[in-house]
Amino acid sequence: MSDIANKVRGASPSQPPPSHRGQGTGWSSHIATILDSDLFYSFWRSKLVVAAAILTALLVGAALLAPLIAPHDPYDLKSLDLVNADMPPAWNSRGDRRFLLGTDDQGRDILSTILYGTRSSLLIGIASVLLAVAIGVTLGLWAGYAGGRADSFIMRIADVQLTFPAILTALLIDGVALAIFKSYRMEGGKFWILVISIGLAYWVQYARTVRSVTLVERNKEYVEAARLIGLSPLKIMFQHILPNVLSPVLVIATINLALAIITEATLSFLGVGLPPTEPSLGTMIQVGNKYLFSGSWWMVAFPGLMLALLALAVNLLGDWLRDALNPKLR
Amino acid sequence: MSTRRAFALAFLLVSGLATGLASNAVLGPATKTPKTVKFALQGGLNSLDPYTLNESVTLGLLANVMEGLIRRNENMQIIPGLAERWDVLSPTHWRFHLRKGVTFHDGSPFTADDVVFSANRARGPGSQLKTRIPADARVEKVDDHTVDFVLASPNPILHYEWETWFIVSKAWSEANGATKAQPATANALSPFALKANGTGPFAVVSHEPGVKTVFRPNPRWWGKTKHNIDEVVFQTVHSDSTRVAALLSGELDLIDPVPLQDIARIKEGAKTTVLSAPELRTLFLNMDSMHEELKYANVKGRNPFKDARVRRAFYQAIDIEAITTKVMRGMATPAALIISPLLFSGADKLQRWPYDVAAAKRLMVEAGYAEGFELVMDCPNDRYVNDEQICQAVAAMLRRIDVKVALNLLPKAQYFEKVSPPRYDSSFNLLGWTPGSLDSWSVLANLVVCRDAHGRGGTFNFGGYCNPRVDELARKILVEPDMAKRNAMIGEAFGLLHADAGVIPLHQPALAWGVSRNLQVTQRADGHIRFQWMQKL
Repeated sequence: MSDIANKVRGASPSQPPPSHRGQGTGWSSHIATILDSDLFYSFWRSKLVVAAAILTALLVGAALLAPLIAPHDPYDLKSLDLVNADMPPAWNSRGDRRFLLGTDDQGRDILSTILYGTRSSLLIGIASVLLAVAIGVTLGLWAGYAGGRADSFIMRIADVQLTFPAILTALLIDGVALAIFKSYRMEGGKFWILVISIGLAYWVQYARTVRSVTLVERNKEYVEAARLIGLSPLKIMFQHILPNVLSPVLVIATINLALAIITEATLSFLGVGLPPTEPSLGTMIQVGNKYLFSGSWWMVAFPGLMLALLALAVNLLGDWLRDALNPKLR
Repeated sequence: MSTRRAFALAFLLVSGLATGLASNAVLGPATKTPKTVKFALQGGLNSLDPYTLNESVTLGLLANVMEGLIRRNENMQIIPGLAERWDVLSPTHWRFHLRKGVTFHDGSPFTADDVVFSANRARGPGSQLKTRIPADARVEKVDDHTVDFVLASPNPILHYEWETWFIVSKAWSEANGATKAQPATANALSPFALKANGTGPFAVVSHEPGVKTVFRPNPRWWGKTKHNIDEVVFQTVHSDSTRVAALLSGELDLIDPVPLQDIARIKEGAKTTVLSAPELRTLFLNMDSMHEELKYANVKGRNPFKDARVRRAFYQAIDIEAITTKVMRGMATPAALIISPLLFSGADKLQRWPYDVAAAKRLMVEAGYAEGFELVMDCPNDRYVNDEQICQAVAAMLRRIDVKVALNLLPKAQYFEKVSPPRYDSSFNLLGWTPGSLDSWSVLANLVVCRDAHGRGGTFNFGGYCNPRVDELARKILVEPDMAKRNAMIGEAFGLLHADAGVIPLHQPALAWGVSRNLQVTQRADGHIRFQWMQKL
């Protein structure tokens, strides 16, 4: 398998950590290993991927630092003034220097709202991908390793879910959650409802991939050996097979991160996402869409551009990772 | 061989038929293209049961299909409807003479039995139109075309709201299991709520709840037809920009409401224009001052809205000028009363509590809420012009007196199901009201007088504001024949509501319809869209 898999296996808790090494030498040797790897070589060779990585880093950094760098706090309703509503970007003659990219229909600064909105979009995206990975990998390992009835059962559920578009599943879960927790808006629980909706909508891909790799791995000698010395199936699955199936999971997770961000935006656009008082990118696009024909293009253009850039950058990274980790392409 | 022959024969037949048809079309009378009017609203039409929802869009659409004993003309004046004429035999005894020869869309005749049945059904379980007919009034059939209403107390405006108390067919309702009204709280529509059987100038051909409804003229209608329409298609188009784009492209003939930011563009369009007029509706905020503890707030054990100071603090924290100029783009008038000044002559005597954040904050401190509190506000997002933006602006303004408002935005069907009777499941919400009778008494009786938890009393008094003196005045206003005295009492009642800040009036929006230039349509002040006043060029 690839370097990544070995590294991950090396880091798994089944083996004692290399504690005898000093921290400094550990770091430099790690960096050296990374710089020396095939992965880094293929990364450095493609200028497009480097650009995508820099862009992703910039966007993620700006979003995470939003409270520090944003000129306004758009989530603080106290600071909003309706008088500032619907202002064009600062370079326009009607614009205001306080609002570089203009304001929305409630007088929120678009630039600050984009930074805050990207932060919630990213956090929801990452959390839901982690949830999807956790569910998908567990079920996939179980299906592939146990085989038989458990396998058919899990895979039939996966097949059924695959027949629905993921957005539909997410909408369904969101609707059910809304019906159960009627007053969730007070508790700020909308974040978690979105994470669960999106996470549950995207676990199938992981499960199927992990299962197919597990089916191959479980007949290999190291698994036989592990079984012979009497390790429990759980231990074999999670400590021996799992590290070897992680590289395709990593690829899917990266590509799905972009998908999850877009799904969140779609849900918000459809009005079931984050509340309008705490807009995410999707909510901003939904609001801006109403004013698109009336000349207030900045309300939808900038958040739209941000979403497109974010999705593009993450997607490019995912594509590269897929090619780089695919032994057939090397 | 035989297949080929059959083929040739079929070909001959088909071509013969085609030429026959073609020559028919040429020689026969020129078939006129059917005139179809397509229009779209922001919200949908769900139940076709006329007693499910006391809401003017639903009732306004159904008024094309069903009729009440009276009608109102283009200028809102009362004219005879299903009743040809009526006599007030004594202040508590009214006699209605019904129109003869009227049939329902299913062909069955309209008689006094239908009126008696409709009166009981409208006052029965599931109905939101209970206040249309006094609960203690007796409805008696005299003969097949005469009905008596015997009242417990005089009521000079008994019939004012009866244009939208639609008469349903007794026989049809019984055959369809619809003897009771479909309640607004039901999870699913009963089959009968998808059908409509009225006496009106138009009939429902097909109905997809909340999506699309198709109407065709009723050839057997008793009245004189003024329109030239062959079909009307109503659709729900939730998105503002889609609605505007469809009007501009000619896909739709009429849209309501026009997004305020698009008025100029639609006026400038080559094929479109905007019809606008002051509306009779007033938008206001309800605060639950009835429960011992607010259901959707973080204040436990007491209800801040029971304190008039808190209500007034909310009132004074709202910058209505900013809402009317920015959110409504000037297409609204700030309101001090919850009735349009067009409908109550004494309206100019009351002024809004001034917008003053510092005073509002002081009131909050005096009431013991210096830290503010958290609260959920229920708000429709497809019912009134810019309703969602209004609620967002209110939430932002209340934040300045440290009240954290979480918005619960809902489509109107879910919204009304939640906040309206019998659930009243809300602590703070937005409502718009057009008095169906065009009279202050109905505003007081529906929105201001005390109610109990089951909605007896002021059924649409969502906040449960209660002042015994207002109740007493409302009872007197109902029976007072002297207009000057009556107006003075109405003024006093509204004055009490204002002093207590029982509700927070916001504004009267302006009606704005986007209309294709080849459609002539009458815009009545209550915003009802009536097909019988449409002419398509």
